[in-house]
Amino acid sequence: MKNTHSIDIGIIKNTGSADDPGTEDICLEVNGLNLFYGEAQALDSISLRIPRQRVSAFIGPSGCGKSTLLRCFNRMNELVDNVRIEGSIRLDGEDIFAPSVQVSHLRQRVGMVFQKPNPFPKSIYENVAYGLRLQGIKSRRTLDEIVEKALRSAALWDEVKMRLHENALGMSGGQQQRLVIARAIAVEPEVLLLDEPASALDPISTLKIEELIDELKEKYTIVIVTHNMQQAARVSDYTAFMYMGRMIEHDSTNKIFTNPSEKMTEDYITGRYG
Amino acid sequence: MTTGIRQWVNSGTPWIWLTAAAVTASLVMVLGLLLLIAVNGLGHFWPSPVWDIQYRSADGKVQQLIGQIRETERISASQLRDAGDTVSADVDGMVERHLLKIANRDISGLDFRWILSAAITERSRPEKLIVMERLEWGDFYGFIQTLRRDGQVIAEGRAAWLELTAALEYVDKLRTRIRHLEKTEIGSINYKIERLRLEKRKLELEGADTPEALADLDRQHSSLQAEFAGLQKKLEDLYRKIKRDTVSMTAMGGRQLDIPVANIVRAYQPNAMSLPDKMFFYAAKLWEFVSDDPREANTEGGVFPAIFGTVTMVLLMSVLVTPFGVIAAVYLHEYAQQGPLTRMIRIAVNNLAGVPSIVYGVFGLGFFVYVLGGNIDKLFFPEALPAPTFGTPGLLWASLTLALLTMPVVIVATEEGLSRIPLSIREGSLALGATQAETLWRTVLPMASPAMMTGVILAVARAAGEVAPLMLVGVVKLAPALPVDGNAPFIHLDRKFMHLGFHIYDVGFQSPNVEASQPLVFATALLLVAVIVILNLAAIAIRNRLRERYRSLEQ
Repeated sequence: MKNTHSIDIGIIKNTGSADDPGTEDICLEVNGLNLFYGEAQALDSISLRIPRQRVSAFIGPSGCGKSTLLRCFNRMNELVDNVRIEGSIRLDGEDIFAPSVQVSHLRQRVGMVFQKPNPFPKSIYENVAYGLRLQGIKSRRTLDEIVEKALRSAALWDEVKMRLHENALGMSGGQQQRLVIARAIAVEPEVLLLDEPASALDPISTLKIEELIDELKEKYTIVIVTHNMQQAARVSDYTAFMYMGRMIEHDSTNKIFTNPSEKMTEDYITGRYG
Repeated sequence: MTTGIRQWVNSGTPWIWLTAAAVTASLVMVLGLLLLIAVNGLGHFWPSPVWDIQYRSADGKVQQLIGQIRETERISASQLRDAGDTVSADVDGMVERHLLKIANRDISGLDFRWILSAAITERSRPEKLIVMERLEWGDFYGFIQTLRRDGQVIAEGRAAWLELTAALEYVDKLRTRIRHLEKTEIGSINYKIERLRLEKRKLELEGADTPEALADLDRQHSSLQAEFAGLQKKLEDLYRKIKRDTVSMTAMGGRQLDIPVANIVRAYQPNAMSLPDKMFFYAAKLWEFVSDDPREANTEGGVFPAIFGTVTMVLLMSVLVTPFGVIAAVYLHEYAQQGPLTRMIRIAVNNLAGVPSIVYGVFGLGFFVYVLGGNIDKLFFPEALPAPTFGTPGLLWASLTLALLTMPVVIVATEEGLSRIPLSIREGSLALGATQAETLWRTVLPMASPAMMTGVILAVARAAGEVAPLMLVGVVKLAPALPVDGNAPFIHLDRKFMHLGFHIYDVGFQSPNVEASQPLVFATALLLVAVIVILNLAAIAIRNRLRERYRSLEQ
């Protein structure tokens, strides 16, 4: 009865060159990150490096801190009262916690997609244009171009081009999630954070999102949090396993799923706990 | 047996019956209230028949009475005797009596009297009987004898009635012109002369009263005076013309009376009217009620200034309360650090909604009128002092007082709406690089707008029905002018105004002729309810449009 969560090794992608994060161009660098919610410590001296234009997946049991870590990258945690953060995160070598960094500017560079699709109650067009309007872009032509490009990148253009000005809430869940991705990439971020982007979707929509992730890594550095280990194995180049707020192991997906160095990682991916 | 009852109780059936009964009771009460008001109020405008009655008094004499039967009741004879009424001793048990409107207040001193049904020896509805609505002394019931023009009798009997109808049209035209001259043209000149006086006073106060400036003002003044004199002459001419005709009438008991046609608003023969005639008459009366100025200490004519005042005040109140309430709610919910202090503020706001409204009236009078208004007068209108401009109750202060009164409702409703907006939407906006303020303006506030409208709806419902505080801060029995007119600056926030709620109180309890005006109380009450319903429906329509646009909360 054990091994119920174990995975078929065959689906692990051959990521070719990406075997060692050490040799890659580094986009995000985390050093000694501690995070406290009041007295409770949610992240415990996390250090890792996330390579550029690769997909990195965070896996681990519920409450292990993977979403919290993800939300550090665009400083979304600051919305919660009583949060204290120590350590540093560098985006292209710049400390994102530096006083000179404007949070809104950082968030334009680090886009985020949430677990549940959260389109605004506006038209499809206005949803995608939202971030652009924030940047002060008013020209109708520019907006039209970028909206189309973003929707095409999110593999949504053909489905919605006839109803761009209808309310986004009339779309299906999978379409909504791709719309949210389009909305995020319309502002041309460097990093795309995906917080369990497919957990609320049906299998076909999930597949579409995964295909999309595969295409998007051509341009963006993608960090994905997922509960679903098959998904991590399918889409990511690198995988980090977290447990109780600590980073247990971070390596190429290939290695994590075939030959993990830590016993805990092996136990987790073979379904012995978690 | 007991298990059967227990089963019935456990099945929930009695609970359903109980709740349904509560709803039914509420519905019956509301509908009953509306029906009572509608029947009593709307019946007033119907031309009911006028009776010519031969009535034997207790002393055996027979007299003629002319009047409309307003009410019929059964009462015990002994009770009547105790009340000092003369009921013949052989009558016992219950007797029927009628309340007869005999009008002709100038002759009999009273509009109404009770008569015993049994003492009526004969009654008929002569078609020739005429009812006249007059500018003074209330209605007149009687028969027409002659119509005199410039002192000469020109028609008698039936011909006189036809002539009177024509004469009334003539008078009506003249009266409209007189009203226009007096209210609009002379009113406007008076307004300008008053402004000139204030300007002159201002120049004196500022020490800028150079001879040239004064001469200029004097020139303007004399040109206005000349205009005024011209209008005055026209007016006198019209007043002479309107006095052309007089009718001689016979009232009940054969009393003769001369009535100038200029004093008559409307004359009709209710007993001779066919059903379509009556319906037409009814519609005309109803229209007069909602579109005309009141006459005779508010007991006759229409209530238009009161409708106008109510609606203007409520709209101004909404305009004032919405931004204040919304901004306060946004701070409390979005920016303020949540803690004991915000909790206390919320409790205070909720308690504010429970403060009796008259207390707000006192506050409005003490703070808005005397302190704020007094200082505004000192700063901006010193030339008018000691006559106050804003330092006296008026439209602005009434609206502001009611805005204060309804603020808690708007704050609570807006906060409710803000808290219903899902965190995911806010995060979605922030994650795209929006600041908190941008998120608020572009996403949160539009999505909370239906809730704000709910607050405004509740505020309107409360404010439109409020009377007590208004009596202290701006409502009057009879306002000489509407708060909006053709003289710059067109909207006069300092003016006093009339209000339907206060009108009900005034007509019902403060009028010289309570009995006669009772139906008007009901009609005004019905109108007030209708105005509130219309205002509410308008606000609900706006809210539903907003809801349609931002319908994401149901997800």
